[in-house]
Amino acid sequence: MTEAVAVGAEAAAVRRLRVFLVDDHAMFRAGVRAELGAHVDVVGEASTVPEAVSRIASTEPDVVLLDVHMPDGGGRAVLENMRRTHPQVKFLALSVSDAAEDVIGLIRAGARGYVTKTISPDELAAAIRRVAEGDAVFSPRLAGFVLDAFAARPDAPLADPELDQLTNREREVLRLLARGYAYKEIAKELFISIKTVETHVSNVLRKLQMSNRYELSRWAADRRLV
Amino acid sequence: MTTPTPAAAAPAADAPRLLRDPANRVLGGVAAGLARHLGAPVIALRIAFFALALTDGLGAILYAVFWAVLPTDPNLGRRNTRQLVPFVALALGIGLLYFVVGGPPGPSTLIGWLAALVALGTGVIWHQAGPNRRKRWSEALPEVPWLGAVLDDDRRGAATRFLGGGLLVVLGIIGIIAYFFQPLADQGFKTIISALVFAAVGLAGVGLALAPVLWRMFSQLTAEREARIRETERAELAAMIHDQVLHTLVLIQRSAGDTKQILRLARGQERTLRSWLYKSTASPTERFSAAVEQAAAEVEDTYAITVEVVVVGDRDVDERTGAIVASAREALVNAARHAKVATVSLYAEVEEEQTSVFVRDRGVGFDPDTIDEQRHGVRGSILGRMQRHGGKAEIRSEPGDGTEVRLIMPVADPRRGRVSEWLGGEPARIESSDRGKSDD
Repeated sequence: MTEAVAVGAEAAAVRRLRVFLVDDHAMFRAGVRAELGAHVDVVGEASTVPEAVSRIASTEPDVVLLDVHMPDGGGRAVLENMRRTHPQVKFLALSVSDAAEDVIGLIRAGARGYVTKTISPDELAAAIRRVAEGDAVFSPRLAGFVLDAFAARPDAPLADPELDQLTNREREVLRLLARGYAYKEIAKELFISIKTVETHVSNVLRKLQMSNRYELSRWAADRRLV
Repeated sequence: MTTPTPAAAAPAADAPRLLRDPANRVLGGVAAGLARHLGAPVIALRIAFFALALTDGLGAILYAVFWAVLPTDPNLGRRNTRQLVPFVALALGIGLLYFVVGGPPGPSTLIGWLAALVALGTGVIWHQAGPNRRKRWSEALPEVPWLGAVLDDDRRGAATRFLGGGLLVVLGIIGIIAYFFQPLADQGFKTIISALVFAAVGLAGVGLALAPVLWRMFSQLTAEREARIRETERAELAAMIHDQVLHTLVLIQRSAGDTKQILRLARGQERTLRSWLYKSTASPTERFSAAVEQAAAEVEDTYAITVEVVVVGDRDVDERTGAIVASAREALVNAARHAKVATVSLYAEVEEEQTSVFVRDRGVGFDPDTIDEQRHGVRGSILGRMQRHGGKAEIRSEPGDGTEVRLIMPVADPRRGRVSEWLGGEPARIESSDRGKSDD
């Protein structure tokens, strides 16, 4: 039994992740492909929403790197098309935008994380690995948005306290993320294991997706750009 | 809304100006406004108006004239519509009773009511034709400004009011004329009614004939307005791109060899575009988040590095927040000059009782115990400044492991805060409605 687990883990470490790129800028796709080549297998690309939907369905990648702003509904449309039929495919949103409504909109549509296009190749590869393992990826700015959206407001009604509030520990983890700490550094700072940090971040992601806090719905609703 | 705003209540010595009070109104806010002006109970004035209305319609005329002449108090909001229903029902009931008991109204009463009708109609039109409204009408359709007035859809029902007002005036005048042409007491009433019916039918016919024309002009006007808005937006965007983006691109081409300069230009342009696209503009002298972002932008510009700014919450700038922003700026400058990195993180959080800023880099780091006394930046500008303003600063650094500067500034001096609480004063707090505004 333990042997099987060990072998499985080794196989996962050896197996290269299969990544799919969705972005309407060919130059950007080429750049990411070149940068990621050393870390993962880029198994496909798409530049439009319908193309992305059909090719992701046929290639079944581990992780899809998804651009937020595209014609015909953007990354959100792809997410909404794929989530029900292909729940095993993980999505990581990638955008030049820092606007709260873009970030929150994508996460609520089901993306497991959000990074900006200025991210370094190594960090992007690490983020892809993390998303593939089922964890969440928060950029410092996303962590800031979440803190802002879940800020304690005396007048805000809480429909579901479990979903509509962050625990103190989750808040601490988010603060450190917003301060630019890596998971390893957060674990060291709070005297907890990296796995625990990942659990906290995943819980925050779940709350972000499920909670009906007013700020979240508002941010998700008024995306100004498509 | 029922309580007067502080601005209205402040000069209590001299009576408030005579204005209509739309917040407490039942019809036009005349009684409420008069009551505030005179310091009398509203209900007394309402009863007085009503009683006068029953005596030959005098109250109605008075009310309509007051309503037409008095301006609204701009500080107060709109009426609570639900108030209106019981009052209208009451008025109808009393009117009906009066009619049943007293028989058909006498000639003088009739004239009074017709005059009130005319005054009301004039008032409706008068209120529609405010100075800025009139200006817009003549801008929209320069040749026929009065048509602009009819077609103006800026406020819901403006056209309806205009037409309704006109109708009231016409009906009133026709009624009065008919009365004077046929002064026979018993015949007079019938004549007036039939004249009114004829007039109404005539007006309806004209309206029906004009409707398609009016409708076409209305849609034309709407389309024109939309086109103008789009055109303004496009012109704004074009001006911005021309002024800044093209300029930056030219500069980048000219300094092709200088990587640092290119980086600086590109980052500066990116920042401008971002703030133009996504953020509401707050003044750095007023709001903390804007001040932090400006400080970071200045450091980016000067040292050609990237500062990742994340601000949670916001508050107004005061002496203390000013001090923490200045200290944060100094920490950024230190990181830019000594850490040898391209990116520095800045995280600022506004909480109810304190403001904190964290500046972190992953650069070379240093041993804090060996800071040179001459390094004025750290000692004077960061630690000293924070302490002078009642805050604290902590610097964590290890050679090879980067540096983090932690700045914490309480909102109020702990001692002073306690005294004010003890005296029953409100401790300073942030307004929750202002939070997150910068992210809108």
